[in-house]
Amino acid sequence: MKGVNFVGLRDAGDPIELARAYDEQKADEVIFLDITATSDDRATTVELASHASAELHLPYCVGGGFRSVADIRKMIAAGADKVSVNSAAVANPQLITDAARAFGTQAILCAIDAKAVPGNPNKWEVYVAGGRKNTHIDAIEWAREATRRGAGEILLTSMDRDGSRDGFDCHLTRSVARAVDIPVIASGGVGKLEHFAEGIIEGEADAVLAASVFHFGELTVRQVKESMRAAGIPVRL
Amino acid sequence: MSIVIVDYHKGNLLSVERGLVGAGADVVVTDKADVIRAADAVVLPGVGAFADAAASMEEMGQMEAVRAAVAGGAPFLGICLGMHLMFEAGTEHAPADGPLPRGLGFIEGVVDAMPRTDAAGLAYKVPHVGWNSVEFSEPNSLFDGIAPGEFFYFTHSFVAPPSVATIAETVHSVTFPCAVQVPGRPVFGVQFHPEKSSDAGARLLANFATIARAARAGSAHADKVAENPVASKE
Repeated sequence: MKGVNFVGLRDAGDPIELARAYDEQKADEVIFLDITATSDDRATTVELASHASAELHLPYCVGGGFRSVADIRKMIAAGADKVSVNSAAVANPQLITDAARAFGTQAILCAIDAKAVPGNPNKWEVYVAGGRKNTHIDAIEWAREATRRGAGEILLTSMDRDGSRDGFDCHLTRSVARAVDIPVIASGGVGKLEHFAEGIIEGEADAVLAASVFHFGELTVRQVKESMRAAGIPVRL
Repeated sequence: MSIVIVDYHKGNLLSVERGLVGAGADVVVTDKADVIRAADAVVLPGVGAFADAAASMEEMGQMEAVRAAVAGGAPFLGICLGMHLMFEAGTEHAPADGPLPRGLGFIEGVVDAMPRTDAAGLAYKVPHVGWNSVEFSEPNSLFDGIAPGEFFYFTHSFVAPPSVATIAETVHSVTFPCAVQVPGRPVFGVQFHPEKSSDAGARLLANFATIARAARAGSAHADKVAENPVASKE
């Protein structure tokens, strides 16, 4: 029986404190994203990774502004199990190749922010710089390339759904999940309990991620996992 | 009694160290062959790939040191790649020509890539990442207090071959050994990461610490008997 993963995310405030609470609620993984806006803050990020490895008993991933293998090495050395790369990998896809070779496929998560192309229901484009810049790169093609280069997982965020509370973009998620042979984590759009199971069953994601519904205390990880189990999805409770 | 964690310079060992300290063990992290050779118990963590880790261990004399410690009765726990290294050889990052990189050789067989399809031809995602259940039918001291079916955290692309050493299994594209023990000896390996597996993982590490303490107490007793040969003759 394969357990479906459940991922929490924190983008501001006291990340370790929240991550500990999610750990106790039996989240399966935590992703710390965009915790560094500028390179000046990188030392803080390294400190966070090191702090997290002391405090958490679950795997965690750190994302935010890595531009080189050397940046990633610092994070892995501080104890991060995985790092996520996004804009820098789009600008320099070789970063994925080099990082996967240095730290193993399992340590490299490729984050993709995708937005639907108006008038074309089967096409999504990759956005970078926190979703502000359209690269006009086809999201499915980019997912395939990232996989070929050694990414171990894809964190797929629908820009159309992010913050909408309408549920995951299952069409996008399914299209990417079927295009690659590595796990896909669905992200963006969760507003209620049923959305999580939808991401797995209709979106064919391997894992589902949410942030604000947890941060604002609307749902607990346990509630979500119970509802997923009720939908027939094997989860760790 | 202290547990020695072997550092072969491929990554961070903090989580494993914290996990064992949390289990009440005295822990020493070292890359030094002589410290490993004299260890009460050895933990070989899993970071990097088989070929690179094996080469690094050979270079630092750790391969021979671990074999010597285990031959001397020291309990052993290999985690993830550390479990793979217990086998004879592995194909991960192996050179295209020439012999396969050698492991510790505690268990027969070659560690190979996990199949991407099951027997029915259904596609599976590899790496196998996430929490999956660990199934076993025979009780084992390593799983004391842990129920069959408990979830542990996995992240790997290679799997150990089935053998007489298998003590627990997990199913992904194939059913693979997720825990092994050299029959009759306190020499264990786990494919999953107990240090990342919440309460169940903490319990498994505590069980290994208990096994290590018991082995140490047993050998201390044996030493005492050996130190007093006259008394033992009487």
